Amino acid sequence: MSATALRARAAPGWRGPLAWSLALLALVVAFLAALSVGRFPIAPAQLPAILLGRDESPAALVFWNIRLPRVAAAMLVGAALAAAGAAFQGMFRNPLASPDLLGVSAGASLGAVLGIFLGLPVAAIQGLAFAGGIAAVAAVAALAGAVRGPRGYGGDPILVLILAGIALGALMGAAISLLKILADPYNQLPAITFWLLGTLSAATRGDILAAAAPALLGLVGLFLIRWRLNLLTLGEDEARALGVNTTALRAGAVACATLCTAAVTALAGAVGWIGLVVPHMARMLGGPDLRRLVPLSMLLGAAFLLAVDTLARSAGRMEIPLGILTAVLGTPLFLWLLIRARRGTA
Amino acid sequence: MTALLAACDLAVGHGRSVVASGISLALEPGRVLCMLGPNGGGKTTLLRTLLGLIPPLAGTVRLGGAEIGGLARREVATRLAYVPQAAPGGFAYPAREVVAMGRAARLPLLAAPGRRDRDAAEAALARLGIAHLADRPVTELSGGERQLVLIARALAQEAACLVLDEPTASLDFGNQALVLRQVRALAERDGLGVLMTTHHPDHAFLVADEAAVLHRGALDGPAPPAELVTAARLREAYGVETVIGTLDTPDGPRRVCAPVVAGGAA
Repeated sequence: MSATALRARAAPGWRGPLAWSLALLALVVAFLAALSVGRFPIAPAQLPAILLGRDESPAALVFWNIRLPRVAAAMLVGAALAAAGAAFQGMFRNPLASPDLLGVSAGASLGAVLGIFLGLPVAAIQGLAFAGGIAAVAAVAALAGAVRGPRGYGGDPILVLILAGIALGALMGAAISLLKILADPYNQLPAITFWLLGTLSAATRGDILAAAAPALLGLVGLFLIRWRLNLLTLGEDEARALGVNTTALRAGAVACATLCTAAVTALAGAVGWIGLVVPHMARMLGGPDLRRLVPLSMLLGAAFLLAVDTLARSAGRMEIPLGILTAVLGTPLFLWLLIRARRGTA
Repeated sequence: MTALLAACDLAVGHGRSVVASGISLALEPGRVLCMLGPNGGGKTTLLRTLLGLIPPLAGTVRLGGAEIGGLARREVATRLAYVPQAAPGGFAYPAREVVAMGRAARLPLLAAPGRRDRDAAEAALARLGIAHLADRPVTELSGGERQLVLIARALAQEAACLVLDEPTASLDFGNQALVLRQVRALAERDGLGVLMTTHHPDHAFLVADEAAVLHRGALDGPAPPAELVTAARLREAYGVETVIGTLDTPDGPRRVCAPVVAGGAA
């Protein structure tokens, strides 16, 4: 069933330009909507004046200090998670792969939960989350390397890596549960729960800039190696026979995807579903070639999370956690894509 | 002259378990070597060792004189191209993109195929007569077409030596003949050294300059097919009685191998 989704029908002639225009259109619409919708509505007609600095009204203040940073953060988070997901699905040849496959989200969550539990300041919580995500993937890679032995010929490297990720992920999940039980149920536990579902409500301009540097580094890395990532989708033997140093390439791709994911998870919390669903949308639109899939996923991921975050901060009386909305919107979308792919009506 | 690909007293296997040993063979330009042998006999393990994908347990594999373990994957790929079995499934890349992937060893880390690589890919598709399939997703091609696309990818690699893993497996009768004709032409016209595995003794008679049979942990041959592929050896390797005779064909007399199903030795 899931394999069907990967075998989206391609009609390369029209596919390229149409895919790009649709993704760009989605992003522009989401961008403009996100800028104007909110507790303090800013009419789209007001935007040019604000952008040119000719508007000094409260709207401009809200725009520069609150709205624009948050919109930028949402785009960054969406683009990073979606691009990391596209890279993971390709290199692990599995449509169910998502950026948390190797434990980056679990590690970041454990770091953040620990920070909240210890009552640390926000910056320290974010630092712990980022470090936790990186450390988790490094531990998974080291564990997989130890299992396979020094010569590296002991079995399928991808399978060993994934199993190590599952094993350590379970361990970190247990640690998170333990901290939740030990946490103060009136202040800490709600904060932990909210963080684990993801939100941008507390992100400041400083937080965003701090997360942007590593996230953009990872995104640029994935963008640059995107053609070569296609070779990993052929499987280990074929890729190596084509002259690819698969170990090094996979390590580089995992490092870039992990950098992206850890940085934005530290900023926004563990926002699920984007890394899984958006690459599928992009694949339906532009085919499986990662040269197109990586940038398309970035555009669509940015647009999708922008829409979700706009809804999260304007739909209810209180902020809705992002993870809830990505699942509520993502699940039907995902099922629709699967049905469409099965019918082969591309 | 140094052989394109040479194995000397090779032992192959995984970890400590030896699958086959004492294997020596050499592949020369313009020659086709056909390797037979029952399933589980170690053909795939031998191919993976010859491709440098797993290390030999003993002996050496040399590519044009250099030991394969000392070469980077990139250097191996510019001398030796691998054509895997065309399995169904996978990603729906257009055929021309799959063929362009053959250029990976000649491209820097961050580069995508450029004009020259595109031209090489087009030429490889045209060389195999499948230029019209260039835009079709490989997942929509027939098994035979997909196999030809993979051979085209190996040609785009511009290596002097081609290793094909059962290129005719799971192909229908017509596609088998099509692929075999191309294999022969690649050796004769393009001067490539070709090593292919197959289950059909007839394929050795049809396209090979030399044949070898891998069974019971050892390699018989390489030797001229007429000498090596005998009823006695096939009985030993496959446990099947066969009759080998000569047919007059438009190409001239050719040996054929027919299994005996009824009656038999029992």
